[in-house]
Amino acid sequence: MKIKNIIITFVSALAILFSTSVVSLAKVVGDKIILGAAISLTGKYSSNGVHTQNGYNMAVDRINSMGGVKVGGKTYMFDIIYYDDESNPKRAAQLAERLISQDGVEFMLGPYSSGLTKAIAPVTEKYGVPMVEANGASRSLFTKGYKYLFAVLAPANLYLDVAIRTAVELNGGKGVRIAQAFEQDAFSQDVRLGILDAAKETGSKIIIDDKLPKELNDMAATLAKVKATKPDVLVVSGHTKGALTAIRQIAEMKVDVPMLAMTHCDAAKLSKQHGANSQYALCASQWHKTLTYKDDFFTDGMTYDADFTKEFGYAPPYQAAESSAALLVFKDAFERAGSFDQKKVRDALAATNMQTFYGNIKFAEGGQNVDKPMVLFQVMCDDAGKCENKVVAPLKWASAELIHPIPKWSDR
Amino acid sequence: MDFLIFQVPMLTVQAVLDGLLLGILFALIAYGMALQWGVMNIINIAQGDLVILGGYIAYFMYLYGIHPAWGVIVSPIIMYFVGVIIYKLVINKVVDRDLFISILATFGISILFMQLMNFAFGADVVLANSGYGTTMLFDNSVTLPNSKIFSAFISIVFAIGLVIYMKKSKLGRAIRATAQNARAAKILGVDTEKVYAATFGINAALCGVAGALISITFTIHPYMGLPYTIRSFMIVIVAGLGNLPGVAMSGMGLGVFEEFADYILGTEFRIGSVFLLLVLILVYRRFKLSKKREYLK
Repeated sequence: MKIKNIIITFVSALAILFSTSVVSLAKVVGDKIILGAAISLTGKYSSNGVHTQNGYNMAVDRINSMGGVKVGGKTYMFDIIYYDDESNPKRAAQLAERLISQDGVEFMLGPYSSGLTKAIAPVTEKYGVPMVEANGASRSLFTKGYKYLFAVLAPANLYLDVAIRTAVELNGGKGVRIAQAFEQDAFSQDVRLGILDAAKETGSKIIIDDKLPKELNDMAATLAKVKATKPDVLVVSGHTKGALTAIRQIAEMKVDVPMLAMTHCDAAKLSKQHGANSQYALCASQWHKTLTYKDDFFTDGMTYDADFTKEFGYAPPYQAAESSAALLVFKDAFERAGSFDQKKVRDALAATNMQTFYGNIKFAEGGQNVDKPMVLFQVMCDDAGKCENKVVAPLKWASAELIHPIPKWSDR
Repeated sequence: MDFLIFQVPMLTVQAVLDGLLLGILFALIAYGMALQWGVMNIINIAQGDLVILGGYIAYFMYLYGIHPAWGVIVSPIIMYFVGVIIYKLVINKVVDRDLFISILATFGISILFMQLMNFAFGADVVLANSGYGTTMLFDNSVTLPNSKIFSAFISIVFAIGLVIYMKKSKLGRAIRATAQNARAAKILGVDTEKVYAATFGINAALCGVAGALISITFTIHPYMGLPYTIRSFMIVIVAGLGNLPGVAMSGMGLGVFEEFADYILGTEFRIGSVFLLLVLILVYRRFKLSKKREYLK
């Protein structure tokens, strides 16, 4: 019995030793560049977490199969260590610690959502680990003076800025009357700040400014106010729940408003869940497959869309596209740095100026991408009730003409 | 934006009707909570999660081409058995313990349900479309979605049905007897174990109905249960235990109060003002209670 116990202890000790030694070989080993990522694979962000992971994996496979990363005359392959952060910021921060101090990861990819990125950023900053993130758009991420945080996406305050400017333009340059309803979370409130700025600059007036509680399922009161005040634009942002609730209740209450602009339409699968009721809604998006940006790895948006659909069985939401772009940025930075020194890679990242299928990428001082405008698409349905998202603004990328004003419910 | 509601009088009507329809639906969930709280002395934190599970049943019927309104019949039947199973597995072990243990146990069930639903149904926000259209009143200035009217109607039907069942049926009488004095009921031949299981089952069935209604009026998501638990808890607290008509009144009252708070104080104070009201009511109760004790002395 005693001998058996000793053997078990010995074997498990060996196993632990072996496993840690394997893991601590992380960072750059042999011909592998090992990146770390805490991703929400379970919990409330799990669907978007999976989109993020699929985006990362797609890019890793593509870059590796097309010759990998060339640093200092040697070719390296990407590899990613994933942990599940359970959609929990505290857990995400712990996992970032673990990736860096136990697994020895020297370069990180971002998690899903602004909240989790906010939890991880102080950790990567403390250890001087460069992190390229693709799913944290909150403005406050870029005002803290982080030196090692780079985001390939446009900040949250720009999400619906285009919508207001388009409305003003259609109004002959005169200010418009805006009704807005935003959930009380970091992201939506940042979108709100963007609208406030745009309103100020264009001389528009905000006549309804509702802050929706997180647990709210019902927007009837806000919409009744909208009916009574007849604004020119209605802006709603409250993640997928907000988008779905808004469309359902706007249709049910027959709220007529000339322009309706929202966020999270494609994550909410608006046109699938609501069909023709979602028609004419304007949605802010980081990316759309019809944009004509190009790169050597994914060719362009349409090709990315087709390849992704083939591999994962569903069309890529922008969360996947921007995640893939993060890997392209890392590859580019490693090659320009010509080294794996974290400081050099960081400086190379800061100097990034490139085009990917997802858009142009160039980082401002704070780490946000300033070279990629948001696009607005409009849900358009044919007579058979089949709906499609078509880019309508900015005009440069438009694949369809904006339908404005939205026809009244009585005429639909 | 100052007090739009007073400038546009029709908004008052809209607010009252919206509040009533919302309140009736919440009252149905609170009904179940009041029932099993009264009978078993258990505060069920998983109440909202049972609601959401009921909603998913209706949603899946909708996905398979069955009209989600049938969910109000199918969902309670399935949920009744879910409730009985939960009782047999967990609740029967905590039913005679103190309140704190039952809160912990149901809190655990709540977390388990959330994770399981997330695992099984995914983390997307979903809804079922009833296609019921809209009722317009007063020259289109007041609009009421028919799905909400339908929800309120069904809630009332189930609530009245429950009251009648509790009064007339054998099981209903046994439940009431157990609520009054479990020990005496046992001595007189009531199988309290069965009564408890049935009570928990009925509660879960009511949650199932409410869930089906929520899937056609609002949205459902695995993590959206807690607000429903809190809301029904508040309604029961305001009404007082064992006071079923009171539950209906306080449900509707809080619904209307909430709508008006939205118009007058702003949407961000909507939930907060309801909590404030709850605190005031509790302080008032405490005040009244302390007076009574003095009188007894």
